[in-house]
Amino acid sequence: MDWVNAIIQGILLGGLYALFAAGLSLIFGVMRLVNIAHGDLIVLAAFLGLTVTTALGINPLLSIVIVAPVMGLIGYALQRLVLNRTLGDDILPPLLVTFGLSVIIQNGLLEIYSADPQKMSAGAIETASVGLPGGLNLGILPLIMFVTAVVIIGALQWVFYRSAWGRAFRATSDNQDIAQLMGLNKSHVFGLAMALSLVVVAVAGIFLGVRTSFDPAAGPGRLIFGFEAVIIGGLGNLWGTLAGGIILGVSQNIGAQINPGWQLLAGHIAFLVILAVRPRGLFPRIDG
Amino acid sequence: MPETILEIDALDSFYGDFQALFGVSMQVGKGEVVSVIGANGAGKSTLMRSVTGLLTNRPDMVRFGDAQIGALRADQIARLGIAMVPEGRQLFPSLSVEENLIIGSQVGRPGDWSLSAVYALFPVLAERRNQASTSLSGGQQQMVAIGRALMSNPDLLLFDEISLGLAPIIIKNIYEALPDVIGTGMSAIVVEQDITRAVEISDRVYCLQEGRVSLEGKSGEVSRDAISKAYFGV
Amino acid sequence: MNTTGQYTVVRFTPASRIAAAVAIVILIALALAPWWAGRADMRLLSELFLYMALASLWNLLAGYAGLVSVGQQAFVGFGGYCLFAFTMFLGLSPMAAIPVAGLAGALIAVPVAVLIFRLRGAYFAIGTWVIAEVFRLGAAQVSALGGGSGTSLPVSIVRSIADSRAMREATTYWMALGMVVVVLALVCVLLRSRRGVALTAIRDNELASQSLGIDIWRAKFFVYVVTAALTASVGALIFLQKLRISPDAAFSVNDWTAFVIFIVVIGGIGTIEGPIIGTIIFFLLRETLADLGAVYLMILGLVAIVIMLRAPKGIWGFVRERTGLDLFALTRRVVERRPAAGQNTENKENAHEPQAT
Repeated sequence: MDWVNAIIQGILLGGLYALFAAGLSLIFGVMRLVNIAHGDLIVLAAFLGLTVTTALGINPLLSIVIVAPVMGLIGYALQRLVLNRTLGDDILPPLLVTFGLSVIIQNGLLEIYSADPQKMSAGAIETASVGLPGGLNLGILPLIMFVTAVVIIGALQWVFYRSAWGRAFRATSDNQDIAQLMGLNKSHVFGLAMALSLVVVAVAGIFLGVRTSFDPAAGPGRLIFGFEAVIIGGLGNLWGTLAGGIILGVSQNIGAQINPGWQLLAGHIAFLVILAVRPRGLFPRIDG
Repeated sequence: MPETILEIDALDSFYGDFQALFGVSMQVGKGEVVSVIGANGAGKSTLMRSVTGLLTNRPDMVRFGDAQIGALRADQIARLGIAMVPEGRQLFPSLSVEENLIIGSQVGRPGDWSLSAVYALFPVLAERRNQASTSLSGGQQQMVAIGRALMSNPDLLLFDEISLGLAPIIIKNIYEALPDVIGTGMSAIVVEQDITRAVEISDRVYCLQEGRVSLEGKSGEVSRDAISKAYFGV
Repeated sequence: MNTTGQYTVVRFTPASRIAAAVAIVILIALALAPWWAGRADMRLLSELFLYMALASLWNLLAGYAGLVSVGQQAFVGFGGYCLFAFTMFLGLSPMAAIPVAGLAGALIAVPVAVLIFRLRGAYFAIGTWVIAEVFRLGAAQVSALGGGSGTSLPVSIVRSIADSRAMREATTYWMALGMVVVVLALVCVLLRSRRGVALTAIRDNELASQSLGIDIWRAKFFVYVVTAALTASVGALIFLQKLRISPDAAFSVNDWTAFVIFIVVIGGIGTIEGPIIGTIIFFLLRETLADLGAVYLMILGLVAIVIMLRAPKGIWGFVRERTGLDLFALTRRVVERRPAAGQNTENKENAHEPQAT
């Protein structure tokens, strides 16, 4: 039963990893930008949640209402003021600029919040659980987070394929010049994409901070999990990313079940195995 | 000549250090169809990119109505009422046929052109509205590209080499549809390598050669010889 | 004036000859440092040499082969752990362990490259990071080397370098100096070779060079493996100086990749001079600002971003654009050969450079 439990917990954890990945996947899809600072922005959102929670004395899950728009604004500003200048044929500038950003965010957080690990408490809901047959207990909070993750991925899928924003994202991604001719200002479109990405990051960050402890150096690890989920699932496929997150979460929990020291290693190895066997991921998007 | 809608005034255009246009001047009147002909590399595409804003120049080198648009971005110019059917069609492959048309109306200009009007003009597109734009034939893709430009209800419509890469029968059909398209008071610039077609469709003609205007005149009045000379420079 | 002047391809310029002469003088002075420098100065210089080596290697990878890695700490740490394993378990002398660590680095780089070369561009970068994480977590599982908390080099092995402390310090100093000379020389030789020219062609236009019959995968693979080997050797030397190793220190992304990237970006990516100048600037900044702690790192990040946006070729790129200087004589220049009598060669500096820079 421990094994079944490990797998179920892994699936629930996978929802969080899919949230780490979704924002990364979105901006790659729209502007071919890989944001190395993505993980640090997740941690930044967690710290913002912490500040809002302690300042207002509200439940951390409620702080999303404030943190999400703030992160969205940060994303829009970041894109318009910095990242748009790096986009072009050369992959080096966006990579190195977001890498610099990562170092700035990490050390800025260190300066403000110190290196001590923090955690947000969501109250009684954290310990609530429902019993399943076979003596298994399913935590209510992980379950809520998983369902939220699925809903967010579904919503992103809808925005991308059914809404006017998504049409603008896809058109700009296809051909920037012609999209400009359609009256789309690509700087603005990219700003919106980054804003949306960071709204998802805000939710991911708060969930992270409620689920586990976090510190200013936790960002790169989250970036790597998100990245692995994207590659496992296949580039450009959001539901694939969810599957990738789940595979990663389950692998980690199975690894931990064998030996507590193997949790992260097992996840990385699952990623490398899939990269070796199916380099385009499990569910690559069929273009055309 | 009717009231001028587009005025290009001594336009010098550059790609980086490379100068592609040298002092090109040109006018388009309201409701007028002007054709621009010239060999490959004569500067026709550069001219189109300069008018649409994909290439920026000094503000006063290009005027549209009352506005100086030489230095505006392409999306700003699109909102003022200039649309283009680009060379090679360049539909958005990730968008369906209908989405390609809808995105043309993104600029939000009021007018007669709508989805139903485009579908009435090209009925075959209505049947294929939900297909991927890449699944259409070349001629149908050209219809989408024309429809997409019309959806913005432009005052000036640019056609950049619309016959390139299409079968002669398709070209004939498309050119037969053009009067319906631009007969509604819209002005147009037609860029063409096919001299006969260009002269047939237009009121006036400009020839470009090595980045300069080598000939201009009323389409009915310029002789084939003069055009050949202006075209090939012999 | 003779308009049908003959042309010749030259590589060495007066500037590069002067630079070579100056470099030899500096090298001799540095080699004599144990007789004129203090212990702390020598330690700082050693560290500077090793960073210069790491930066030149990363520059070879990212600036010439287009392989932007943020996971070179994998090979630094791997080399360090090899040093400890080979000396403690196989009884190798530390001197011998350093090249052997390089060899091991090359061997492990082969399967790594086969795997992560499936990722392109920025995803390749993060892939290298995953590999480094796997190495770090793997090292933490080796209990014979202290597991997660690490281990120190046994005194007997330390003694085997030299009996006196002064001699040990001089030896490791010379090794660091030797390492940077070897790395710089190898990078120069590699870039001047046919392979190097192919590499530059790939960087400038991947599609065109493919059509010229250059096997891009093999060219990049070769550079990746060579860089891994040298980086592992540098790593072994770094931890021979530290005498203590732990997974977090050995596979630190900040120490072995972030700083290195900043050095190359600030100095000038895609030039040999860039990493050298960048290292010197980095150490000047560090010695003056290090007390600021986290703020210093933020300033470093900010400087790198500003340089990337405003002067993407770094300080050396900026200087070269204005002066045409080329200290390492890598570029071939086409120069008009004039009658010797009454003519000086002032035109060489201003000669047209082919695009291969």
